[in-house]
Amino acid sequence: MLRKLLIGTALASGLVFAAHAEDVKEVQMLHWWTSGGEAAALNVLKEDLSKEGYAWKDVPVAGGGGDAAMTALKAMVAAGNYPTASQMLGYTVLDYAAAGVMGDLTETAKKEGWDKSVPAALQKFSVYDGKWVAAPVNVHSVNWLWINKAVMDKIGGTEPKTFDDFVALLDKAKAAGVIPLALGGQNWQEATMFDSVVLSTGGPEFYKKAFNDLDEESLKSDTMKKSFDNLAKLVTYVDPNFSGRDWNLATAMVIKGDALVQVMGDWAKGEFNAAKKTPGTDFLCYRFPGTDGSVVYNSDMFGMFNVPDDRKAAQAALATATLSKSFQSAFNVVKGSVPARTDVPDTDFDACGKKGIADLKAANDGGTLFGSLAQGYGAPPAVANAYKDVVSKFVHGQIKTSDEAVTELVKAIDDAK
Amino acid sequence: MSTVATSQIKLTPEHNARPGASMRSRLQDALPKIVLAPSFAATVVFVYGFILWTIYLSFTNSKTFPSYALTGPRAYQRLWRWTFESDPPSSWYTSIINMGIFGFLYIFICLALGLFLAILLDQKIRGEGMLRPIYLYPMALSFIVTGVAWKWFLDPGLGLEQTMHQWGWTSFHFDWIKNKDFVIYTVVIAGVWQASGFIMAMFLAGLRGIDGEIMKAAQIDGATTFQLYRRIVIPLLRPVFLSAFIVLAHLAIKSYDLVVALTSGGPGGSAWLPSNFMYEYTFKRNEMAVGSASAVIMLMAITAIIVPYLYSELREKPR
Repeated sequence: MLRKLLIGTALASGLVFAAHAEDVKEVQMLHWWTSGGEAAALNVLKEDLSKEGYAWKDVPVAGGGGDAAMTALKAMVAAGNYPTASQMLGYTVLDYAAAGVMGDLTETAKKEGWDKSVPAALQKFSVYDGKWVAAPVNVHSVNWLWINKAVMDKIGGTEPKTFDDFVALLDKAKAAGVIPLALGGQNWQEATMFDSVVLSTGGPEFYKKAFNDLDEESLKSDTMKKSFDNLAKLVTYVDPNFSGRDWNLATAMVIKGDALVQVMGDWAKGEFNAAKKTPGTDFLCYRFPGTDGSVVYNSDMFGMFNVPDDRKAAQAALATATLSKSFQSAFNVVKGSVPARTDVPDTDFDACGKKGIADLKAANDGGTLFGSLAQGYGAPPAVANAYKDVVSKFVHGQIKTSDEAVTELVKAIDDAK
Repeated sequence: MSTVATSQIKLTPEHNARPGASMRSRLQDALPKIVLAPSFAATVVFVYGFILWTIYLSFTNSKTFPSYALTGPRAYQRLWRWTFESDPPSSWYTSIINMGIFGFLYIFICLALGLFLAILLDQKIRGEGMLRPIYLYPMALSFIVTGVAWKWFLDPGLGLEQTMHQWGWTSFHFDWIKNKDFVIYTVVIAGVWQASGFIMAMFLAGLRGIDGEIMKAAQIDGATTFQLYRRIVIPLLRPVFLSAFIVLAHLAIKSYDLVVALTSGGPGGSAWLPSNFMYEYTFKRNEMAVGSASAVIMLMAITAIIVPYLYSELREKPR
């Protein structure tokens, strides 16, 4: 009985296998850029490639966010069915490279001069063991303030240069009956804001030591305590319903003038653009007070997998097109980020984009370009998420004092390492 | 199975003479097995195979990808330590406490409400045909839809509280969904809303199956309505309780998506259930070993509850 059952199983499963022929002139791409502006930006890349005769094939991912895509990617790679490329973030690229499944773009990189044009801090994630494994698409920076200009004029505020200025500005908004700070109470948003707070409170050196080198002394220092106190101060300026709010809804509060300011990465500018707002006249973009000159970044990358030889030409074409100056400019104008190479002309960008490009260049030259811990560019995901837990528990009151927060932070990061 | 097949062949010996017919009868004999084989294989591999695989992974040092070198019960040690970290609560502590609160309230309220609604609907009232689907339809929605709808309804800035304020009751205050201590109860509310109608339908079917003669006999003996239900109807519904309990218990264990859609994890992760913990650690934090260990503990917990219950219920059947 059992043997027959097993034989039957073997027969039935034999039917399932069907060979499918591979088309070589095709790029298989796993990504989660499906919303209007992003999809339009990606179309530029599709068209560039189709001009060279390469077809574009999206790998379908159910569910919107990057999490679903990463789960799908993990399954594909485990099955040995690599896509040509996948949208990836930070340490994920290195994890996959360490697992030996990434391709080698070094030849293309040499030809195109990526070594010189791509910021060194980014190369930490796109180069593994001396080989280029990923093509960075953009650089987002996290330490921005997004301010509604009409509200700013109404309360007579000026650009805050220090943290105390910022608190004074928030007080003014509160007195005028506007929600001072728009925040979405999800752990990554709180931690993203805290990145800026730490950079502002401790300065660039401290940020690097604490959040990129994970130096324990810095993590439990008084400066870190002070940073948590500053965060607690900022949280007193949010509205009571902030918990669980999506980031774009918080941005919408600023766009509509219900709130004065949001601390968010420059992807928020995409929302302002979509609402047909102009920088300078409708909204203002400043660096988070006390962080001018430094850039806390994250970056989208196209990780390139070790595909069969007959698909390598298509992969190289994709990589070249991704880092071409024309695509970098066209894509990032829409996305709100800045190009991943420092030699792209800023003519098509708006005022905020021009400032972003100049800041990135300065930070790259001055050594003040740091990975965002909240966005997974400061430390591996286990550590980054432990950090987000602590910040979020502090914001929502499970962790009550900054002393306790610092102890928990050290413990959580230790645990995750 | 094979005895049936041989007796068939004996009954029709003339078919044995021709090889084609024998082939056919052998095929006939094997057909049910061939048809069953794919689902049998799928169950063996994808349920029991992966349970074993998960148990194996929980004893390794797997991070982003599975690694196969056994490194001992380190993942369990970490979970064990987290089990007792209540101040500030570790994510694992929050998850299991929430599971207890949610599991108990969800199953208990669903059973009570479902039974109550079923008894009311069973009073031969007019329009039952219309009322029944109204209660039943929430079950047709996915957890995601339920979660999003209740998220808007419970949001103080959008839903109930805002509406009450607009109607003039400005002191009305209901912000559980934003409150770290109460957010898990909003998950209970949404879950109960969705499942109680289905439980009602199960009880209603059970009530319809009860022999009217018994009821009449009891009434002739002078039983009050309350006694009738308390002493006769509810004990007779015992098999329905078993089915409803099992349906609810597995819904409670897997309500990952309800938590995500309704609360996105709650303030500071205060609405997590063990399933959220498992997904977070396995897929987002690249700590596959810890995620697997938590999955194994979930499996052990559900086994510890369901198996004795099944055993005690099914053993008494042949009475």
